[in-house]
Amino acid sequence: MATTKESGTGKYRVIGTRPVRPDGVDKVTGRAVYGADVQLPRLAYAEVLRSPHAHARIRGIDTSKAAALPGVLAVITAADLPSIQAMAHLGEAGVVNLAHMSANVLARDKALYQGHAVAAVAALNPHVAAEALKLIEVDYEPLPPVMDVREAMKEDAPLLHEDLHTDTAGEKSERPSNVATHLIFEEGDVTEGFAQAVHVVEREFFTATVHQGYIEPQNATAEWRADGQLTVWTSTQGAFPVRTQLAQILQHPISQIKVIPCEIGGGFGGKINVYLEPVAAILSRKTGRPIKMTMDRAEVLTGTGPTPGSYMRVKMGVDAEGRITAAEAEIAFESGGYPGSPIGAGCMTVFAPYKLENVRIDGYDVLVNKPKSAAYRAPGATQAEYASETVVDELCRLLGMDPLEFRLKNGSKEGDWRAGGPPYQRIGNLECLQATLASPHWQTALERQGPDGKLRGRGVASGYWFNIGLTSSCTGRLNPDGTVTLVEGSTDIGGTRASIAMQFAEEFGIEYNAVYPSVVDTDSVGYTEVTGGSRTTYATGYAAYELARRMKAQIVQSLAKHWEVEPASIQVEGGVYSLNGKSANLTEVAQLLNESGEQVQISVTLSPTGHGGAFATHIADVEVDPETGKVEILRYTAVQDAGTAIHPSYVEGQMQGGVVQGIGWALNEEYYYDDQGRMRNASFLDYRIPTALDLPLIETIIVEVPNPGHPYGVRGVGEVPIVPPPAAIANAIYDAVGVRLRTLPMNPSRVWEAMASKA
Amino acid sequence: MSVQIQSGPVAVNATINNEPVDFLCEPRESLLEVLRDRLGLTGSKEGCNNGNCGACNVMLDGRLVNSCCVLGVECQGTTVTTVEGVGSPEGLTPLQQCFLEGAALQCGICTPGFIVAAQALLEKNPNPTEHEIRFWLAGNLCRCTGYDKIVRAVQDAAAQMREGK
Repeated sequence: MATTKESGTGKYRVIGTRPVRPDGVDKVTGRAVYGADVQLPRLAYAEVLRSPHAHARIRGIDTSKAAALPGVLAVITAADLPSIQAMAHLGEAGVVNLAHMSANVLARDKALYQGHAVAAVAALNPHVAAEALKLIEVDYEPLPPVMDVREAMKEDAPLLHEDLHTDTAGEKSERPSNVATHLIFEEGDVTEGFAQAVHVVEREFFTATVHQGYIEPQNATAEWRADGQLTVWTSTQGAFPVRTQLAQILQHPISQIKVIPCEIGGGFGGKINVYLEPVAAILSRKTGRPIKMTMDRAEVLTGTGPTPGSYMRVKMGVDAEGRITAAEAEIAFESGGYPGSPIGAGCMTVFAPYKLENVRIDGYDVLVNKPKSAAYRAPGATQAEYASETVVDELCRLLGMDPLEFRLKNGSKEGDWRAGGPPYQRIGNLECLQATLASPHWQTALERQGPDGKLRGRGVASGYWFNIGLTSSCTGRLNPDGTVTLVEGSTDIGGTRASIAMQFAEEFGIEYNAVYPSVVDTDSVGYTEVTGGSRTTYATGYAAYELARRMKAQIVQSLAKHWEVEPASIQVEGGVYSLNGKSANLTEVAQLLNESGEQVQISVTLSPTGHGGAFATHIADVEVDPETGKVEILRYTAVQDAGTAIHPSYVEGQMQGGVVQGIGWALNEEYYYDDQGRMRNASFLDYRIPTALDLPLIETIIVEVPNPGHPYGVRGVGEVPIVPPPAAIANAIYDAVGVRLRTLPMNPSRVWEAMASKA
Repeated sequence: MSVQIQSGPVAVNATINNEPVDFLCEPRESLLEVLRDRLGLTGSKEGCNNGNCGACNVMLDGRLVNSCCVLGVECQGTTVTTVEGVGSPEGLTPLQQCFLEGAALQCGICTPGFIVAAQALLEKNPNPTEHEIRFWLAGNLCRCTGYDKIVRAVQDAAAQMREGK
């Protein structure tokens, strides 16, 4: 059973309870409107033609036959998008090459991966559009693809971009290369550190390309009016970043673009970049009709960002007391057809759970002929910490030391150095380890063998993710009946309407059920960054807290006028405003202000920077079938520092969901390519994400080390739980059968082969 | 079910969510397309369009099916229940209530399929084991929850339904 803290421990009135989410009824009755559910008058549909080649020059495109098919309204190619050559700073995405961003939406001169969009057709119905795609003639010159990160790094590798040079600390390489960036993080002296070690372990690791796997495919509906006003309905993690990207790709004034975020069927980082939105917009402009586009599953897998496959080399040394003396890592990520893998994050997280004095980390962002990679839940950390946490387990074996004791001895804490950032603030790394030690799971011995001869083992691993702050806005209005309408810009993927409203309710002194949150379009609320980076409950929640404070202050000002007293003399306690025996609750306040024609309506925009990093420690018990190599998860416990759990059920849900994505990544999921660079498993049948039958219940232990950078101590919780599973499972497999798996996924054939070669 | 092969729209009559419905559809349109695009019943979702994710689950003549793998024209004379037909306008079913209270949904895109599929299970088997629940729901993919809270919600709903709540 999941173990969690008791609800409502007394410190807070609302925080820590588990109310039903405001959008829940619509979602269990089928009434919630997701992007693909949008219906408009005169709606037409569009489909995308995608490259069958992993790497090809596009010599020409003849769309005339497609355009002539009855029912077809328009056909477009990259020639219909503005040509742009510029860099732009786009919020969370950082500095982006706009030419690359545009060419990823519709390929210009070259198709850089199988599934790369090449042209699009709008028609009266989607079947006609799909028929018309077959009539488009593309003159491709196929080029040799490069599909592996180490192959792509070689000097004689086929080049994806002839004008791309390696950037090393601002210096550009002389020769063009597939290596876009080489990052270096260094502290102390690793040579000296390794000289002090009694045990040194150095290993290589490989991980396959995997997909975010949200169940709702990408979609977009666009309506371009004759006056240039563009409205876009889409399922996105961030309506404002979609607006920014559209303005850049279309070179259209941002003030003429309105993005309406629909309900979103999962994102996990994969629904930040635009794919269909600019295409639908151009087709709407050409046809004078609203255009709806939806991807099918094969398009999602081949045409949208997966997370990088990787090569990693990790070396760590320990002294006789079990203290880490030095650590070194070389990490190369496959960014896909354009630069921009999360290599920086991989480098900055690889050794994050440890206090280090001598460390060197080299990171490489490498282009290969795969879809442009996108963020995926703690992007870069899962690969990197799989490597380091497996090496740590080997060191523990060499030392004969308990893996939790080793981590407690070497664990990072407040004030310690961390790669690429200021020293750690208050973090809960050690507290998670202690809670893991005390957990029912760790305290219960594992039967080493199953009744049918299968072999069992237990493994642990830790994980770290930064989390982010960034900009969030919300607007609050006191209604005449004393309730509050709470307007926010953060799309709600997993219950954030509830977690934000709860923070507002706590501070405003109102019942949770008297707060009515709604997620609105880009014209109707202030700028808000993506629902991503584990930031929404932290940053938008912080904005809602600040909103409650300012609304209370305005009420005090208004009441002071009505009561003809000094504002400072009015007491506010639990939603009741009082002075010398005179008092008014929120309903009375609302009535009074409504009758006098006043309105309490305030908008807040905040960019808090005190987001706290998140740590987690996981325990996995596995059973390995020696005859097939199949690994079964018998029991799993996730321990995580949430700072303060606003809605514990949703915190547990994030932990359980992250764990299971990590289990899929560890054991089963991978892009399987043929020698021509074509994905051979682009369906949910063959790219198999975990099902209910593959899993046990996922036990959760929420640790609460309040984050000093938030009024209630919130840390982000969404991302870190995906990080530890691959290493925890790899360590458990070793414990069970004595073989080390250093390649993901650890599928039956790999495990079986490893066992066979050991024997 | 008799199907006449022809091009152009075909007239079909069926009972959908307890109402008689007449619709025209092309022979190549799936039941899912008919429900969503012709009848405005967008509660059934498309996650894969080839029967692998269960987000489009509906009951067809008492049988749980993926509506993306059924043609609209096959539905002549049939009875179809979609997520919109589960429960009543006045209230939620115990299963829907347990999904809400047990936080068994995050993004919610797979939820209609899970509600239809789990309701079908509970009508056949009022006291399923955890394994039976997992086996029955293995055709419904969820990427957000890790299934833990879904399994528990189905267990809770089963207990409530057995007590006649």
